[in-house]
Amino acid sequence: MKIKEKAVVLWQEKLAEGVYSLTLETSIVDHAIPGQFISIFSNDGSKLLPRPISICEINKDYGTLRVVYRVVGAGTEKFSHLKMGDKIEVMGPLGNGFPLEGRNAIVVGGGIGVPPMLELAKQLPGTVTAVMGYRNNDLFLTEEFEKVVANLFIATDDGSVGIRGTVVDAMRENDLVADVIYACGPKPMLRAVADFALENQIRCYVSMEERMACGVGACLGCVCKSKEVDDHSHVNNKRVCKDGPVFLSTEVVL
Amino acid sequence: MNTKVTIAGVEFQNPIMEASGTFGSGMEYSEFVDLNKLGAVVTKGVANVPWPGNPTPRITEVRSGMLNAIGLQNPGVEVFCERDLKFLEQYKNTKVVVNVCGHSAEEYIEVVERLADESRVDMLEINISCPNVKEGGIAFGQDPKAVEEITRLVKSRAKQPIVMKLSPNVTDIKVMAKAAEAGGADAISLINTLTGMKIDVERQNFVLANKTGGMSGPAVHPIAVRMVYECANAVSIPIIGMGGITTWEDAVEMMLAGATAVSVGTANFFNPTATLDILSGIEDYMVRKNIEDINSIIGIVK
Repeated sequence: MKIKEKAVVLWQEKLAEGVYSLTLETSIVDHAIPGQFISIFSNDGSKLLPRPISICEINKDYGTLRVVYRVVGAGTEKFSHLKMGDKIEVMGPLGNGFPLEGRNAIVVGGGIGVPPMLELAKQLPGTVTAVMGYRNNDLFLTEEFEKVVANLFIATDDGSVGIRGTVVDAMRENDLVADVIYACGPKPMLRAVADFALENQIRCYVSMEERMACGVGACLGCVCKSKEVDDHSHVNNKRVCKDGPVFLSTEVVL
Repeated sequence: MNTKVTIAGVEFQNPIMEASGTFGSGMEYSEFVDLNKLGAVVTKGVANVPWPGNPTPRITEVRSGMLNAIGLQNPGVEVFCERDLKFLEQYKNTKVVVNVCGHSAEEYIEVVERLADESRVDMLEINISCPNVKEGGIAFGQDPKAVEEITRLVKSRAKQPIVMKLSPNVTDIKVMAKAAEAGGADAISLINTLTGMKIDVERQNFVLANKTGGMSGPAVHPIAVRMVYECANAVSIPIIGMGGITTWEDAVEMMLAGATAVSVGTANFFNPTATLDILSGIEDYMVRKNIEDINSIIGIVK
């Protein structure tokens, strides 16, 4: 069930350069699962379209959702000034979310693809290994992952923390094995993780990103290419906001 | 209080519709809006066969508006009839206007003929104004002779009344409105989106894969009002007005300018209940202004 309502800002903090954590009180939490996202609307009337932001943590006891986002433009810049007690229009939960599978899972996050992996790691039924990729030592959420996963590996572009290289380099170097992989991050990373999964015959789910307008599957703005003709579109397009954002790595063109 | 309006013999319970392409066939928005309360559901453009649309990015925001270049992705008329029209069966109070697109006259005709015996289709809106497909679409909408010819051809084959959807990307929209009327159109709808462009200064490249996109949203509303006003004074067939309608005031403005009904488009994206909010705003306005019949305000600003 999708809800559109005014959420109350409970807390906002800066986690790293340009990366913010926003905790909202909203009834969307009642229906949310890991891997879903919410649309956050700007209070500035000239910014029309909602910004789709993935859910980082779901706390049903407190009725709160946490999102961690990067400031990438004027819309998210405005969000970064939100303070405790402010109200902001939100809609959600949107998208399909991650299926919770496996006895041995690897969650892979790259950059701002790291946040949705936190709630997933908490809810997965089996043993979880996390592999996180960052640009440099300006890390975020790593301490929180340490508390909920069995193993945490970090890769940085400049080698300042963990191994120098990509998340896939970290996976290979540590001979990681699993029966399922979940990944969220930039497309080249998703492609590399999907290749790694295919080589090792591991089921792999990827969370995709695209510019959105409606967020509910009506406008067809945010499609991605599918390998087979899609049941809904009857062409090789899937709607990221509605059919995704989570897809099997083998069903989409990365 | 009467909110009913009639266009080409089709009675709408109120003048509020949503604009083609912003609402699918209503399925996704039915979680937010009781479709039975709308004057009409205007569907996303449908072609003879499935269309894949344009590459992404297809969407970007601009100040008080947005650009889109979806490229009329649609599942084709067969799937549309089996799935979308079947879904709309349950909403008996609302009329169904099917938006029809094509690359050629033959393709429009194929769709129109396939829809002829579908009882759930109350009206056809012929899209001769999409700025995002190269052949067809806008090519028909920018030349008055082509507008008249395609209108006459579609009219001769259609069983439902036809509304020609006009492009604002012309030097004089009145000329196109008159051409549609001369071709036998039952009504016209305007405006489709205005062709725009956005460049990413960091990447030094176009934001949209299609380079250009159709601009919509509150920023285009005054242009739409002006064009509806001009057309209302140029033709005698009814007008469905659209372009940036966001509030009830925008809708009333459009009707005062000469529109018999109005469509809400981009506003759905930032307010999923925009259509019903606008409807209740109009009803309040009617009470406050002692307006017995909504028809009495159509085109009264001269």
